[in-house]
Amino acid sequence: MHKTKRDKLTGLWYVLPALTFVLVFTAWPFLQMVWISLNNWSLITPPSFVGLGNYVSAFQDSQFWISLRFTLKYTLYITPILMIGGYLIALLVTPNSGLSRFTRTLVFTPVVIGLGASSLLWYWLFSPNYGLINRFLRDLGVIDSPVLWLGVDADLSNWAVIISITWKVLGFGMILFVAAIQAIPQEITEATMVDGAGFWQRVRKVTLPLTRRTILLVTLISVIGSLLAFDQFYLMTAGQPRNLTATSTFYVYLNSFPYLKLGYGAALSMILALIILGFTIVQMMLTRRSET
Amino acid sequence: MTRALSDPIQAAPFEAGIEPPLTRKEPNRLWAGRNRYLLGAVCVVLCVVMIAPIVLSVSASLKTTAEAAAVPPTYFPSELSLDNYQKLWDYGSGLVTYLGNSLITAALTIVMILALTVPAGYGLARFPVPGKNVIFVFLLLALIIPYQALLTPIFLMFSTLGLTNNLLGLAIVHTTIQIPFSLYIMRNAFEAVPRELEEAAVVDGANSWQVLRRVFMPTIVPAVITVTLFAFVTSWNEFLGALVMLTRDRSLTVPLVLAAARSVTSLGSTDWGMLQAGVTIAIIPCVLVYFLLQRYYVSGLLSGAVK
Repeated sequence: MHKTKRDKLTGLWYVLPALTFVLVFTAWPFLQMVWISLNNWSLITPPSFVGLGNYVSAFQDSQFWISLRFTLKYTLYITPILMIGGYLIALLVTPNSGLSRFTRTLVFTPVVIGLGASSLLWYWLFSPNYGLINRFLRDLGVIDSPVLWLGVDADLSNWAVIISITWKVLGFGMILFVAAIQAIPQEITEATMVDGAGFWQRVRKVTLPLTRRTILLVTLISVIGSLLAFDQFYLMTAGQPRNLTATSTFYVYLNSFPYLKLGYGAALSMILALIILGFTIVQMMLTRRSET
Repeated sequence: MTRALSDPIQAAPFEAGIEPPLTRKEPNRLWAGRNRYLLGAVCVVLCVVMIAPIVLSVSASLKTTAEAAAVPPTYFPSELSLDNYQKLWDYGSGLVTYLGNSLITAALTIVMILALTVPAGYGLARFPVPGKNVIFVFLLLALIIPYQALLTPIFLMFSTLGLTNNLLGLAIVHTTIQIPFSLYIMRNAFEAVPRELEEAAVVDGANSWQVLRRVFMPTIVPAVITVTLFAFVTSWNEFLGALVMLTRDRSLTVPLVLAAARSVTSLGSTDWGMLQAGVTIAIIPCVLVYFLLQRYYVSGLLSGAVK
């Protein structure tokens, strides 16, 4: 009964509002961004066409490389922590006992709060004189004088942010892993138990391979999220010291808005979008291959 | 697997008439034997670590101004006080303005996302729309192009349309972020409804709009709740878009006010008590919504991320 021409038209009418919206507020801005990136344009002066000039400048811009390298480093450090940590917790809390459920709920709670709020919460906890982390480490006798966590040393700042984000998003991977592990058919688990395989052997031979798709998916989401990191660095380090902790998105923001170098900012956005697209494609291919 | 099943040792317990393997004491179960206490302790430690920052933030927000500025800081307030909330209440244009801005933006986002994705999900799942798959992928465009990268052109467009410093403008940005997830959830919800339900209504002479309202709306309520929930949380928490779009003090949303409140000083340093009061206020709706609608949260995440 859905084969008539009228049905086709009716369906199209229902899709039209969303289609228009995406066209106007995502596709059109994207095309505009391509065009802006080919121009030299600050809000005060009219745009002048420079071709790929902005892209050439980006590759010669040391801050562009500093930001990109820092973002990759952040991603490279935090992703394994989130994946391994999330998976271990998932293994721990997969059985549906009361304590497991309760732990799941609490581990997931930080996921629902805002990145802005959590960053400012940790900005305080990491504060040298007023923060409870230094107080706690002092009480334990680990340190004598306050550690300057944020904005003084790039590596230390990176780790402080990683700690805060791990707290914030660990539960996300955990909840997806728990669901994937619980979806493994009971017979398979029982068969391996009868086989006499130990717990870790079973994890390695059964659980990990059978949850591979979810692992890849969570990796993809974490990697993309980390490559686009902004809020946590803007709020916790403000890019300090010397813009060494200004991530790629941060640098795009700095150029586009405070500096008003719109053309250059757009070119940087394009490069960032392309890098993200590359990761998306690679991960999609991996996911598809693991399905077969 | 096949190797495991053909293993001769495997059948032994059954032959010997011992109870089935699953009810025996199992050395290969994680939570078996003495391990139980150890793992229970790990769970408890994990819970404490996860909840501690929130508890400490809330308790810092209840310190007096003097105690909030104490060096070294105290873990818990020695005297409870609402000073920090009082200061936050009067901060800038007043907390009510900012909370109102955040709530209005979230409400507009929810209205727009439902108005767009409920019909779109219906159309894509229930009608032979030409080029259906291409349309679907196009609607997921925001997944491929992150909105963070599109803020410059959107800002330029909005400044000509008068949508900067405007909550509707910000809500549009938040809607673009949520479209892929919401559409996905909606389309799946519509596809899951059995065809017979729809056919009965069509035989009765109902048109497609009536079918949507009478047949589908009652059954897709969980999907609507899920989409609403995620739209609310995204909009309430979103920071970068708001930072770019809103510059006038009166139109700021809560996350921006928190960032600005960092530079307010009290007794020679950041006013930490007030900042944590702000963090607490920003967290409350999210945590509340999570505890009330936990089921929708988890199912939404699973169907949105895994499939």
